[in-house]
Amino acid sequence: MDKLRLRFEKSGKAAYISHLDLLHVVQRVFLRAGTPLKYSEGFNPHAIISICVPLSVGMESVCELMDFRVTREIDLASLPEELNAVSPEGLRFLVCYEPARKAAEIKWLRCEGLLEYDNGAPDISALAEFYSRESLPVLRRTKRGEGVLELAGNARDFAFEPAEGGVRLRCTVSAAEPAVNPELLVRALEQLAPELKPDFASWKRLEFYDKDMTAFR
Amino acid sequence: MDKRLRRILPTVQKPARYTGGEYNEIIKDKRDVRLRMAFCFPDTYEIGMSNLGMRILYGCINAVPEFWCERVFAPWGDMAEAMRRENIPLYALESGDPVGEFDVLGFSLGYEMAYPTVLDMLDMAGLPLRSAERRELVPLVFAGGTGICNPEPMAPFMDLMALGEGEELDLEILRLFQRARDEGWTKRAFLLEAAKIPGVYLPSLYEPVYNADGTLAEMKPLPGAPERVTKRIVEDLDRAYYPTAPIVPSTEIVHDRVNVELFRGCVRGCRFCQAGYAYRPIRARSPETIIAQGIESIKNTGCQEATLLSLSSSDYRRLGEVCDGLLEYCEPRSVSLSLPSLRADNFSMELMSRLQKVRRGGLTFAPEAGTQRLRDVINKNVTEEELLNTCRIAFEGGWNGIKLYFMLGLPTETDEDVVGIAELADKVLHTWRKYSPHKQRGVRITVSTSCFIPKPHSPFQWEPQVTMDEYRRRVKLLRENIRARNVQYNWHDADTSFIEAALSRGDRRVGEVIEAAWRRGARMEAWSDYFDFKRWLAAFADRGLDPAFYATRERGEDECLPWSRVNMGVKTELLLRERHRAYEARLSPDCRVQCSACGASELLPKGVRCDG
Repeated sequence: MDKLRLRFEKSGKAAYISHLDLLHVVQRVFLRAGTPLKYSEGFNPHAIISICVPLSVGMESVCELMDFRVTREIDLASLPEELNAVSPEGLRFLVCYEPARKAAEIKWLRCEGLLEYDNGAPDISALAEFYSRESLPVLRRTKRGEGVLELAGNARDFAFEPAEGGVRLRCTVSAAEPAVNPELLVRALEQLAPELKPDFASWKRLEFYDKDMTAFR
Repeated sequence: MDKRLRRILPTVQKPARYTGGEYNEIIKDKRDVRLRMAFCFPDTYEIGMSNLGMRILYGCINAVPEFWCERVFAPWGDMAEAMRRENIPLYALESGDPVGEFDVLGFSLGYEMAYPTVLDMLDMAGLPLRSAERRELVPLVFAGGTGICNPEPMAPFMDLMALGEGEELDLEILRLFQRARDEGWTKRAFLLEAAKIPGVYLPSLYEPVYNADGTLAEMKPLPGAPERVTKRIVEDLDRAYYPTAPIVPSTEIVHDRVNVELFRGCVRGCRFCQAGYAYRPIRARSPETIIAQGIESIKNTGCQEATLLSLSSSDYRRLGEVCDGLLEYCEPRSVSLSLPSLRADNFSMELMSRLQKVRRGGLTFAPEAGTQRLRDVINKNVTEEELLNTCRIAFEGGWNGIKLYFMLGLPTETDEDVVGIAELADKVLHTWRKYSPHKQRGVRITVSTSCFIPKPHSPFQWEPQVTMDEYRRRVKLLRENIRARNVQYNWHDADTSFIEAALSRGDRRVGEVIEAAWRRGARMEAWSDYFDFKRWLAAFADRGLDPAFYATRERGEDECLPWSRVNMGVKTELLLRERHRAYEARLSPDCRVQCSACGASELLPKGVRCDG
């Protein structure tokens, strides 16, 4: 036992902890719980922790994955509860195991969005029709400048249902090559069908999958 | 979470500072508590959460089961704007409840430039700014902290001020308030009763009377007013509350580490230093308590860094013992221990070498003045020889960066003293050339100057600040004299220092100016992002006042000062004696060599000695 993986939830107030801050927060959770974390060597030792797919600030998740290393055998079954006892609100560890697969095999992400409409939601069929268009080019800004991303093919298996204040949407987006931030689904509405644009949207990650749509753990 | 809040959080910078929910945050059931207090810090989360005083009082008040004390910080500009746009009132982090619905708002004021932010927070809470306009008993709005040891500039806005250390005083105020509220007292009746609690300053009990030239004639006590209000202290630090399970922020703050407090007060008596006088008498914690509290805090937070806090760590008698005890715990766990506020002497360097085994970055010293004569004037007992000797040890030990802090505009300063700063920096550079074993790595020597601001309750409280033009001339003179490439020179703005000086020794009329500045948009004035000099000038003009009257005018030694009703423990005669000695460039020994009979030990119970 050396490399380990934790599956955890990040929701509520914890959704606003940034990716970088989260690494720091988690490191301290481990220290408080007394987990024998493995540190890098060198002048500036830091805990070897990596989050498989970074999550945007404000987005919730029930399927986060984090890899870390330990220096000695630990009881995997009791670890999540030990960590939860010393975690900030909204951070909840679910299960710990020795990973069989590399995070690079993650390909798809199932997610859920709540599109909020203050003056009445549009017809679900209109939304369904929009997302089934053959081409959905979205303009997005990345670190390398502006670019166009084709959503069609990279976002699929849509399901809609009415919800309080708007429409609940579930879909599967590409999590790698290209990595599609679910927020781009709203960006697409803004750019291509402004009449369907919600007043606010919030997102939650539900599950990661590999290229064959087998749940990734 | 409020729907409107949920919508604005993703649009603002660093939203984690507005949500609460951190580890060790104290949550109570509203139905179980009898009194709710909003502890308001008039600056950002990052600054406020780094403040030890706030952490002590938060824990101390929450240790009372029927009180629930929650945190409130000033939102950054983008958040404040969004909250106002969406009509979201200022809320407390723990419960998310609007601050306006609390029983008590307690403001922690550490520095003058935070004054307008207090008004902004009251406004965001939906409360009238002035004490007189808040006619009901609830909510009580009060302030504490060294930023109110001259209580007068903020007097119009506060129902009362709590002078000195709050661990006991705040609880006494809250208990009396709880009784008043339960028994349905009027606000006036409560305040008059509160004024009887030692350490409580009631602005409405003193009426400023002015002379024709604008100076104060007297602070006239009204019926029920104590002659002077004496600040409160914690008598025994070993038995005082100390937070060993502090909140662990989930986002970056300025000082993100475990704080271990060594002692309060300072034995040195530097004449420009407000803290050195206002925090007397000297009271130390025992090494056993410090070590236990340090280890406990590290366990409870998971912090990888701990720091020993005090005004002058080298003056803690058993510092070696404390370091040994903490290192024994810290070293095997890779927790680093840092020790700020060290004096530039050999002992301190040995200690630093023990603490910082690997990461040897920069060292900071504050000689404050460039020549021995001026250092004697301000009673900064550091000689050039000591400083250079310390630098030699540091360079030999592998440090390659030194920061030197100075003030320009100190009383009696001449051009020779200004140029002396450049010469001292040169000597430090020569020391590096001569002794550094790693010259290929280069060296960074940073000289920083700020403009001297005379502060209440210090021996220089009567001094004029130099004019902005004169300060700028001295900055230029110094800049021209710093020629070495390895010496970098930074200087503080003249205009912020000028306004700070005007606020710091202001009278009650300056309160009107603070309100006028806020009405013109002032908030978060300690931040260069927001500070606007012209706005302050306009605010002074609005009230027909001249900031120079407060900043650059020398006070007569017989003049009535706005803080004359406040007794911080040190006798005015002692301050005057120190001022006169300054003019003779005559040193006063530190408290350990010879007690100056400053008067502060009278705050201690009979039989307890000042640790000076």
